[in-house]
Amino acid sequence: MPTNSPRVSTGQAGLELATDVLVLGGGPAAAWAAWAARSAGADVVVVDKGFLGTSGAAAAAGNGVLALPPSEHEAEVLKRLKAGLGLNDRRWLERMLECTWRSMPLIESWGYEFPKLDGAPVRNSYYGPEYLRVLRKMLLGLGVRILDQSPALELLLAEDGAVAGARGLRRQDGSYYSVRAGAVVLATGGCAFLSRALGCNTDTGDAYLMAVEAGAELSGMEFSAQYAISSALNATVTRGVPYAWASYYDAQGKPIDTGARERGVDWFLPRALLRGPVYARLDKATPEVKAVIERSHFIAFLPLRKAGIDPYTQLFPVTLVLEGTVRGAGGVRIVSDECATTVPGLYAAGDAATRELIAGASSGGGGPNAAWTISSGQWAGAGAAKFAKELGARARERRVDAVGTAGLRGSGGAFDADEVIRAVQAEVLPLQNNYFRTEEGLLASLAKLDALWRELKTEPTLDTVRGIERARTAAALTATARFAYRAGLRRKETRSLNRRVDFPSLDPNLTHYQASGGLDEIWLRDEPVRTYEPRVVRIEPSLVGAAP
Amino acid sequence: MIELISKTRCVACDICVKVCPTNVFDAVPDEAPVIARVEDCQTCFMCEAYCPADALYVAPQSNEHVAVNEEELSEAGRLGEYRVILGWGAGRKSNSVNDAAHLLHTLRGPFQR
Repeated sequence: MPTNSPRVSTGQAGLELATDVLVLGGGPAAAWAAWAARSAGADVVVVDKGFLGTSGAAAAAGNGVLALPPSEHEAEVLKRLKAGLGLNDRRWLERMLECTWRSMPLIESWGYEFPKLDGAPVRNSYYGPEYLRVLRKMLLGLGVRILDQSPALELLLAEDGAVAGARGLRRQDGSYYSVRAGAVVLATGGCAFLSRALGCNTDTGDAYLMAVEAGAELSGMEFSAQYAISSALNATVTRGVPYAWASYYDAQGKPIDTGARERGVDWFLPRALLRGPVYARLDKATPEVKAVIERSHFIAFLPLRKAGIDPYTQLFPVTLVLEGTVRGAGGVRIVSDECATTVPGLYAAGDAATRELIAGASSGGGGPNAAWTISSGQWAGAGAAKFAKELGARARERRVDAVGTAGLRGSGGAFDADEVIRAVQAEVLPLQNNYFRTEEGLLASLAKLDALWRELKTEPTLDTVRGIERARTAAALTATARFAYRAGLRRKETRSLNRRVDFPSLDPNLTHYQASGGLDEIWLRDEPVRTYEPRVVRIEPSLVGAAP
Repeated sequence: MIELISKTRCVACDICVKVCPTNVFDAVPDEAPVIARVEDCQTCFMCEAYCPADALYVAPQSNEHVAVNEEELSEAGRLGEYRVILGWGAGRKSNSVNDAAHLLHTLRGPFQR
């Protein structure tokens, strides 16, 4: 498609900054990382492809947060351990619940108004646009420098083997930038393959590609086939809660058996959609239910209202939209309590990081993932600040190299980024490829994806802003798809978000993680699950609202 | 997708250019911005939320272009609708206090604890 995009000026040097901590991303994980690093005394720069305030899955919606009082933690941990199918970790769940509970009053202190129950604020959900507006204002007030509309293109690697900054594009003025840093936090979100799932088109797997290029590892990339229900006319707002009160019909108007409610739409909808169109009507919602869901999930009703559809009385077509690793579980492998990666100076938070530690093989869903952004963001930010502080002035004396590969620099030939993106989407968006995985199907897709990767290593056309961004996005999407399908192929079982039609049961012998890495040749390795004894979590009342 | 920038309502503040997470708009000096890259619109409605002049309309269809009529949208209260929901704008108070997610578990049905 022809498109309008300014040309890039290559003649000028562009913006060059130096800071202690560089945070990549513009959602809540990035904001919490920036806050924690700044609170630890670090100078902080945040760069985001979009706008910290509107970028990412959280800003564009409302969300629950798994923020429970300590008295409910043990029961929640047990519930989550059961859902994680052996791959999540009691200790990480405990520390996430503890950190999130302690952090919610901070949001209030920064100006967010929570609803009240019997006069007391209830701090366990948020309206996304307002939450992110408050976080942005807080960061600017603390002197955090935010570069919006500035996608990072690649990491800088120092001679000592540590990540030492990033290079990117200021896409609204057509120049490059470079930020030297003592440590870098990856918080650019997961990957939904430009499916248009709500707010997820900024989430294109950038962190996975950049991390692996710097020598870091991924984990759990097979847990990436997360789809969510949306009205088909909109095919964007993926909020399942209102559908708990839906009835479903096929094209002939025949009711579809939806089974037990607690099994969710996964039990019937994917197969029903392969047979033909599916229609829904929220006709089980009582006035009492409507009064709640229209305020908790206003965003689900907005597109229907705009389209003039009354979802309680009218049938409307529904579909499943790929959310990939955004609400899935895989991501950059983290190896310390501070969310460090296997490369010094590089940290990961939010959906960019693996969420297996708290969600296991299953989708954490909105509430746990929101709690994860708050807690992993803070751990990563504090860890990065500590690393940068220990480096001190040496950080800026190091010689650095930009380590970006496919889609950024290559030789011979040429490729059309839009065509590559469409080709990747053709392998990962359809339910029959990604939801219903088979060895045959995965191998066929991987042959095509590997060919696309080779294509991306030819010379990109780097003349317009959009062209540069699009080429690099094509590389990130292709890399993510290859990791997801290689990992899915190797895991010969069905475990939550890796559904193998040819291996329909869970294999208890495969209760381990799969680490992965590599670019041209992708490798995979088993990693054991560590187990911890329960510990008693105590939160002193004086700590509530205090900085970590 | 974004379908309308109302020339009569737009105050050329360029906030939409600044906040669009997928860089759909281009600023034009002293004029309303233009929808330069509609194919990159992800239908997140964030530009509507941020527009102080209620001048933008994002149609709910995310994968196809639909024709819109400004007068009809205006009469039906569609322009600036998201800001009313959020409680954003002059003289309004954030509706985050009306968030009812904590009441979901009190409802009969799948969320009951």
